[in-house]
Amino acid sequence: MRKLALSDEVLLTIEKPARYIGGEVNMKLKDPQAVDIRFCMCFPDVYEIGMSHLGIQILYDMFNRREDTYCERVYSPWVDMDKLMRERNIPLFALESQDPVKDFDFLGITLQYEMCYTNILQILELSGIPIYAKDRTEEHPLVIGGGPCSYNPEPIADFFDFFYIGEGETAYNELLDTYKEYKKAGRSRREYLERVAQVEGMYVPAFYDVKYKEDGTIESFLPNNEHAPKSVKKQVEMNLSETYYPTAPLVPFIKSTQDRVVLEIQRGCIRGCRFCQAGMIYRPTRERSIEYLKKVAYDMLSSTGHEEISLSSLSSSDYSCLQELVLFLIDEFGSKGVNISLPSLRIDAFALDVMSKVQDIRKSSLTFAPEAGTQRLRDVINKGLTEEAILGGAMKAFQSGWTKVKLYFMLGLPTETQEDVEGIAILSDRIAREYYTIPKEVRNGKVSITSSTSFFVPKPFTPFQWSRMITGAEYVEKQRFLKGKMREQLNNKSIKYSWHEAEVTELEGVFARGDRRVSGAIYAAYQAGCLYDAWSEHFNYDKWMKAFEENGVNMAFYNCRERSEEEIFPWDFIDIGVTKAFLLREYKRAKAAKVTPNCKQACANCGAKDFGGGVCFDENLSMVDFEEVTDES
Amino acid sequence: MKARIKFQKYGAMKFVGHLDVMRYFQKVFRRANIDSEYTKGFSPHQIMSFAAPLGVGLTSEGEYLDVQLLSADTPEVMVERINAMVTEGFRIVGYRPLLEAEEHMKHVTAMSLVSSADYLVSLKDGYTIGAEITSQDSFVKAFCEFFKSQEIVINKKTKKSEKEVDIKPMITLVAYTEEEYEAKRIDTLEEHLKTEDALLNKGRHPSSAEVYENEIKVYMQLDTGSAANLKPELVLEAFCEYLGVGYNEYAWQAHRLEVYTRNVETGKLAALDQVDR
Repeated sequence: MRKLALSDEVLLTIEKPARYIGGEVNMKLKDPQAVDIRFCMCFPDVYEIGMSHLGIQILYDMFNRREDTYCERVYSPWVDMDKLMRERNIPLFALESQDPVKDFDFLGITLQYEMCYTNILQILELSGIPIYAKDRTEEHPLVIGGGPCSYNPEPIADFFDFFYIGEGETAYNELLDTYKEYKKAGRSRREYLERVAQVEGMYVPAFYDVKYKEDGTIESFLPNNEHAPKSVKKQVEMNLSETYYPTAPLVPFIKSTQDRVVLEIQRGCIRGCRFCQAGMIYRPTRERSIEYLKKVAYDMLSSTGHEEISLSSLSSSDYSCLQELVLFLIDEFGSKGVNISLPSLRIDAFALDVMSKVQDIRKSSLTFAPEAGTQRLRDVINKGLTEEAILGGAMKAFQSGWTKVKLYFMLGLPTETQEDVEGIAILSDRIAREYYTIPKEVRNGKVSITSSTSFFVPKPFTPFQWSRMITGAEYVEKQRFLKGKMREQLNNKSIKYSWHEAEVTELEGVFARGDRRVSGAIYAAYQAGCLYDAWSEHFNYDKWMKAFEENGVNMAFYNCRERSEEEIFPWDFIDIGVTKAFLLREYKRAKAAKVTPNCKQACANCGAKDFGGGVCFDENLSMVDFEEVTDES
Repeated sequence: MKARIKFQKYGAMKFVGHLDVMRYFQKVFRRANIDSEYTKGFSPHQIMSFAAPLGVGLTSEGEYLDVQLLSADTPEVMVERINAMVTEGFRIVGYRPLLEAEEHMKHVTAMSLVSSADYLVSLKDGYTIGAEITSQDSFVKAFCEFFKSQEIVINKKTKKSEKEVDIKPMITLVAYTEEEYEAKRIDTLEEHLKTEDALLNKGRHPSSAEVYENEIKVYMQLDTGSAANLKPELVLEAFCEYLGVGYNEYAWQAHRLEVYTRNVETGKLAALDQVDR
């Protein structure tokens, strides 16, 4: 029988002990003594969140296919466990072998959102691994970061030995092969890191020096080691239909956030919304073949026993074989008690038809993400959704029986005026008016519209990376103004308005576009007790503000500053394919409220074509003639 | 058709709660391609019910799960198919088709049948219960004394109130060795089941109970179910109070051995896999 790291007494004292025992369905069991490499994969949030993440499942499967490697997992101990582990000096352990993380060769941490940064420090500290990479020795695991936040790793760069920039499928085997070779030859940690630095996509922060100007912006960002390249190119898996997919993913005992099979149908997004980081960093858009997806869906449902399957992508409606795939899933699995969970589809006749087959119309709601309240501002952000399309889609749905609508907006978008904010209320109201044009005898009671606003954060590698982020106070002001405008609407009783909190978003802004000087404040906040910042009940703004102050981090410098075109950004050393020149052109077009066609309409020459595949090579794809577009609009 | 599945729950699985075990088995059955019956509607789910939910921390030799199937193989094949899909800590040890409820008869749920259960409670290594008790011999002596009392009154706490209850009548069997327990247990069974039971136990699966070096343990049969319910922990708590030593809830490992239904006419028991409904 597997031994557990924790005593019965500990496990029976804490909440949800199943978070710490491993042993789940499809867990890989190997003899740690019989492998050359021990890799511990970490999602720095609580188990139920981390277990829902597809990326880790892909890498877990890929690593464990290697006979010489045992990949295990660790998640953030919940606060009750954290306390006990400190009191009793229990070292953090991996779920599979229940062995201390400290004994592993690698600790790979996925960075999915900025607010998990203090949780990374918790993982390191509880493992007994020095917080700063510079303090680690030959006996410590190599700490690797990856995932979306590694596209600006600078605020946490000092905590990592290296970052893997891009998709994990491509370069890990080389990293592991080399590690094995270096370990056998008795070579040092530094020698290995120098070798890592030469692998495309790898960033070893210690091998770069940053110099700052007097005004606080970056003067230079240069390698200090001859093995480190000036620019790090993101990794992309170009053939998504012939690569690793976890056909037997782990199935947790306790209910995770994604208690279902997740089918990733494509990577990237053709839309080019100017606020969206994912839309830029995952270019070029690449689809998985329908045959591949059908097989994978079948295998995953049989190996997990899940009763639900959902599609994953940034914009499912753009997947070229969506209809065929969805109908296949309904026909093949619907009769076997499998629920088909559809992601937000663009509302059209097809979407309404399949939605009525798989959901209860009375209970389900339609979702639109106009993001902005007026057409002008939607043009600024290049969101190709028109009011006509929203009202038309909503009307079709109302006629088919739907009565609930959810609308997502952002406040604080560049160039936003009061009129744009008021536009959110007006649009919400227009949808309600549309509903009430249906005769009373025919319609289904009252309509319910839920509009919510989030606080826009400018992200690296988007056209808005130069843009000023509004302050929390400005955001709250806009929110109040909108709330008032909502009340003025004819159908205000049918509209519910909800909003995100400002404080945590301000911090996200700092981490999103921060530099290495922010790391001291993150460590200080952690030492002051900040943990699980993504959880509103644990988030402590005052502690963060104090940590910022004491460590010389000026929030306004990072958030409330319009950056100059010449400014060197902390993330400029990363080459995502999409060029800075393209992003700047897009920023200028945004300010002129000029839309840019999506990747399937015409190529805007963003730079991602360099990767040699994906949507960039679709037949008959013309190039955007920017002059022409400018004239038209 | 209905069937009753009996399974062991042991090792690390004692930390997995009852509702999660339910979800777990739904996925097990899907992996094993069991032809379960589903509820109707937009989110169909398999029809199944547990006899007596097991608390977190307890292990078991015999948990019962009733399922509703559209078709099935022989019991042997069903056990094999399900066992091929469970992970360490669960093992299917029995499968018995049940009779369909007769027309106009109320559907009998496994839970409503339960009236009694057997437990083995052991002292975990590394824990003590006062200076006097150093071995199974001294434990047996003390426990016998304790059980001799006319009544064993405890403070039973419910959400709303606390009340004094005499739990002695709810303890229907006490034994200290496996042999003694088996002999006494047979006595509690209905006449016609005694031979069947002996036969069943011949091919019994290896016990899944944890074994401790200190060897201090007690077997008990306790009232269980909706009419009267006594948890083994409460008996040990009363025992510690009797001894005048502090009760440590983590010191004891309770292991459920069997779950029964009582024949109201004879007052005798039948294990849930010895009945057809």
